[in-house]
Amino acid sequence: LEITRPTTLNGALDARAANPGADMLAGGTDLMVEVNFGHRNPEQVIALRRVEELADIETRRIGAAVTWARLERSEHQALAQLARTVGSPQIRALGTIGGNIGTASPAGDGLPWLAAMNAEIEVASRDRGTRRVPWNEFFTGVKRNALEPDEVIVAAILPDYVPVNQHFAKIGQRSAMVISTVAAVVARDEDGRVRVALGSVAPTPLRATRAEELIAENPEPSERVLEEFARTVSEEVRPITDHRSTEAYRRHAAGVLARRLLERCLVS
Amino acid sequence: MIITFTVNGESRVANVAGDESLLTVLREQLELPGSKNACEQGECGSCSVILDGRLVTSCLVMAADCEGANVTTVEGIGGERELSAIQQALLDHGAVQCGFCTPGFVVAATHLFEHNPHPSSDEIKEALSGNICRCTGYGAILRALEGLAGEAT
Repeated sequence: LEITRPTTLNGALDARAANPGADMLAGGTDLMVEVNFGHRNPEQVIALRRVEELADIETRRIGAAVTWARLERSEHQALAQLARTVGSPQIRALGTIGGNIGTASPAGDGLPWLAAMNAEIEVASRDRGTRRVPWNEFFTGVKRNALEPDEVIVAAILPDYVPVNQHFAKIGQRSAMVISTVAAVVARDEDGRVRVALGSVAPTPLRATRAEELIAENPEPSERVLEEFARTVSEEVRPITDHRSTEAYRRHAAGVLARRLLERCLVS
Repeated sequence: MIITFTVNGESRVANVAGDESLLTVLREQLELPGSKNACEQGECGSCSVILDGRLVTSCLVMAADCEGANVTTVEGIGGERELSAIQQALLDHGAVQCGFCTPGFVVAATHLFEHNPHPSSDEIKEALSGNICRCTGYGAILRALEGLAGEAT
């Protein structure tokens, strides 16, 4: 094993250019599980925890190496809510939002929030500079993303307008230390439009755009519209049956969660 | 690859072969078997250590990334002959089940009380939520720490 421990972003980009495809080590909460179970045997590792630029946090910019422990106190309410549900205190002290983005697991709890906020992922390479990729172009499949072998995930970038009214919830087999069966973020803009994003119900995070449209047409939804909203969300998700849950349960739960979060948005 | 780091206040050197975890190096090279190896996926908390001020599961830390780091293991808490207040409180309350997870609880509780000397019951439960895993017998641990939290410093 060869490990590089850069202390600057340029150092990290140099290391990545010199060893395209090297494994990136941030918190280690994904990589080390694969290593410990013999599923991965990295030959080249670039360790990112000494790169201060990646740990910067601003209102519209969240550095890739910012840990969940720090995001528990985020000014963005749903992000703080979801950060508190990631793993355990020990996991949150290590794991980073950039790791969530890089791993691109369908169950990554940070991903529906990025989808709801219309975030872009900023990536950089030594030779080709910096580019920003919209979330829906970045996440391309189960544990697949648009990162090139010489690129480093730098930050999540938020647009100028971020709704204050935003809520997160997830369902799992128990209440702590669990991988989500369904995760959801619903946010309501000041003009009454809503964003509905879901995780663990498709290969990538997704937006329930038909359900969003329904609320755009009915900004003060009646009980009948709320029921239709939940039903529409259930139709729009594309879950599978696996060892954690069934397709039918996930469809049902996605609708229930989205409606519950919408109602929280409507009263707050 | 040689790494140099501080463990329990002493400078230590380890020869890291590859991608092994900090936990493996602590147990197998540095003769510090107090951190326990159980789930190897960060779920059980029995390998908890304090790494550069943060409570972490050492099974998820790559040893090769620990160059220059500062690590406190359960062996660094209390002395050879005297127990820390947390260890004494756990002992007084019989706060063990089989004992395998106890080192992780000691480290997690030590980290909590360093940052918050008078935690509430909810804060104690949250701070130990990465150690509470599958067996029972947590009532005595909570009572021990609640007693300590209520004491004047």
